[in-house]
Amino acid sequence: MSDVALELASITKRFGGLTALDGASLQARRGTVHALLGENGAGKTTLMRIAFGMLRPDSGSIIVDGRNRSFASPNDAISAGIGMVHQHFTLVPAMTVAENIALGGRGRFRPAQVRDAILALSERTGLAVDPSARIEDLPTGAQQRVEILKALSRDAKILILDEPTAVLTPTESRELLQRARELVRNGGTAILITHKLRDALEFADDITVLRRGSTVWTGGAAEATEEALVAAMLGGERVNAEMEPAGRTTTDRSTTVLSLENVCVRDVNGVERLRSVSLAVHAGEIVGIAGVEGNGQHELLRVLAGRMHISSGEVRIPTVVGFIPEDRHRDALIQDFSLRDNVALLGAGTRRGVVSWTAIASQTRELIRDYDVRASDELTSVRTLSGGNQQKLVVGREIEGSQTALVAENPSRGLDVQATAAVHARILAARDAGMAVVIYSSDLDEVLALAERIVAVHAGNVTEPPREYEAIGRAMLGLPVT
Amino acid sequence: MTETMAFVVDMLVHATPLLITGLAVAIAFRAGVWNIGADGQFIAGATAAAWVGVSAPPEIGWLALIIALIAGVLAGAIWAALAAWLRSRFGVLEVISTIMLNFVATYGASFLVRGPLQEPTHVYPQTAGIVDGAHMPILVAGTRLHWGFVIALVLAVVAWWVMKYSATGFRVRASGVNPFAARSAGLIDVSRVTAVAFVVSGAIAGMAGAIEVSGVTFALYENISPGYGYTAIAVALLAGLNTLGVIGTGILFGALETAAGAMQRNIGIPSTTASVIEAIVILVVIAIAQLRANRVTGTA
Repeated sequence: MSDVALELASITKRFGGLTALDGASLQARRGTVHALLGENGAGKTTLMRIAFGMLRPDSGSIIVDGRNRSFASPNDAISAGIGMVHQHFTLVPAMTVAENIALGGRGRFRPAQVRDAILALSERTGLAVDPSARIEDLPTGAQQRVEILKALSRDAKILILDEPTAVLTPTESRELLQRARELVRNGGTAILITHKLRDALEFADDITVLRRGSTVWTGGAAEATEEALVAAMLGGERVNAEMEPAGRTTTDRSTTVLSLENVCVRDVNGVERLRSVSLAVHAGEIVGIAGVEGNGQHELLRVLAGRMHISSGEVRIPTVVGFIPEDRHRDALIQDFSLRDNVALLGAGTRRGVVSWTAIASQTRELIRDYDVRASDELTSVRTLSGGNQQKLVVGREIEGSQTALVAENPSRGLDVQATAAVHARILAARDAGMAVVIYSSDLDEVLALAERIVAVHAGNVTEPPREYEAIGRAMLGLPVT
Repeated sequence: MTETMAFVVDMLVHATPLLITGLAVAIAFRAGVWNIGADGQFIAGATAAAWVGVSAPPEIGWLALIIALIAGVLAGAIWAALAAWLRSRFGVLEVISTIMLNFVATYGASFLVRGPLQEPTHVYPQTAGIVDGAHMPILVAGTRLHWGFVIALVLAVVAWWVMKYSATGFRVRASGVNPFAARSAGLIDVSRVTAVAFVVSGAIAGMAGAIEVSGVTFALYENISPGYGYTAIAVALLAGLNTLGVIGTGILFGALETAAGAMQRNIGIPSTTASVIEAIVILVVIAIAQLRANRVTGTA
């Protein structure tokens, strides 16, 4: 099969006791876009890191253009013609586009030459960038284009894109995937790591589905159906792919729990992050925030949760607002503390005297039971818990700790299907119990699945578009909603 | 008194300043404050105590000791507060500022014992002896072992209890391990908590200096600290920042230094051998801790 550009055959990789990949295989044909689908934790990124030389497989082979290869480092993979764009960009913010692309290259740095090369490449691929712009001044979409150009400038014939659309607006995503299709027309190969079925079905030629480290489905996108892929990804445990919109309760909007009036927030550099935002969230409703990274939703959520000072305006919120931050390792939990000590964080700022450890321990045991946290006991270190169980603990602590209001930011990030379902069920139950809930997710589907009202944030302004994909997408870009 | 007994007494006398400054360092490190300045705070405390001890009127009796200890605590606290203020106001790293303040304290004390506080004959670079009332009572009659050692033990137990059971101690631990979660999930005023821990750490180191003057030297000398504040870092780290553990490691390092002196006197082994052993102990502890950490993350 000479048209196979990259073949990964029976790759196995273990990390300590955890088997991340268990005989996973993938064949990417030349001139195609190949989608690698799978739930979080299925092993997609691990497999691609092996293909890019970042990890060495315990067994299995990597075959590039029919030749068996063994990569000691990404440099070997690059010289074999493989490029990778990581989910978290690896650019130097203070340096220009040209400098970043030249970084890691060989020989002398000749700015004019690099600039010309970038412009030529940019023209050829349709990926527009300004070589003299500084990375930190560029929006996410442009940074991603720089990453792709960087890989292509190293003559990558096989380009691996790790969740490229996770950070983009729907419109930007479509454009990027369209570009990927054009790139492979001249014999290149693109491997698209994603968990979005629609992207795979629409833009890929072939699809490989991983589940628990094994290849469970592979074939042409033409023969695939959404149902077949979901079934492969989830394996028996059926979950609705098309989640029903959550406008199911008749909300009594008489009690306003969280309210902002003309709130402005400036960051340390004096940049306005929120511009005169007014918003009311009532008891028993879920308000979803939609917005592209960096448009002020980070600040909006923290103001609502009482975790950020405002520059002007008025904030009326309860004394204790539950907050589920997106980076739970950094902001919600102390990894080396026990479950009990993490529950003790609740109200730690105002606690006086002696900590009643016995009371907190029994409170923790209740959370473990009620929120189905899989832990041997309350004195176990949080570090030993899986991401899903850690998040269930956070969700439980924040809901029980407030009882009136909850702000959640990407609450299912990094969780598998079941843990996500459990977290969602808890959030819905909190709403039904009369809590005012605000949820933001970078996955619009998640927001739509939970929230009855959608608020879009763009450049620090909020608007309330109708609950329609198209309208929300336009509002997220600051365009008039027709 | 047997030789062994003499050694034990000497060891505990040596251990006292190490134990107390070790506590100071452990508390600061627990709060995520890298207080490398226990030495400076120790000297500040010793200087203040000596000044009180020298100038106190003899008729106030044991009150002189109380005032000297309080003065030592305050001086150490102020010395740390300077660095805490530099950190919160200008973002100066405390690692840098506390080391610098160590030099200020060392040479400041040097100036005082050659100038304003020099003994009346103006011959030796030291203060006059402190009044009798400012002397720390002796714990075991006929030896040099003074009540400062008991104070050190009590401090260690109190610090352990506060860290483990009090709301304040929990705030300190949380802020030290993960300031982001402490702030976001615990709504803890992390900068305030760490500043307070920093000042308390300085106060304890200052008390160590005051106890050394009132219990051992009875005057302020140049080089009153042979680097107690630095050895304290080893004492604290070796104890895993557990203040009860500091009792053990403080005594261990006291024993090492006492033994080093004895070995040099009796069989001519250089006392620097003890420093070599101390350094090896620290390296081994760090290596073991790292290996353990690797094993944890390796399976994650």
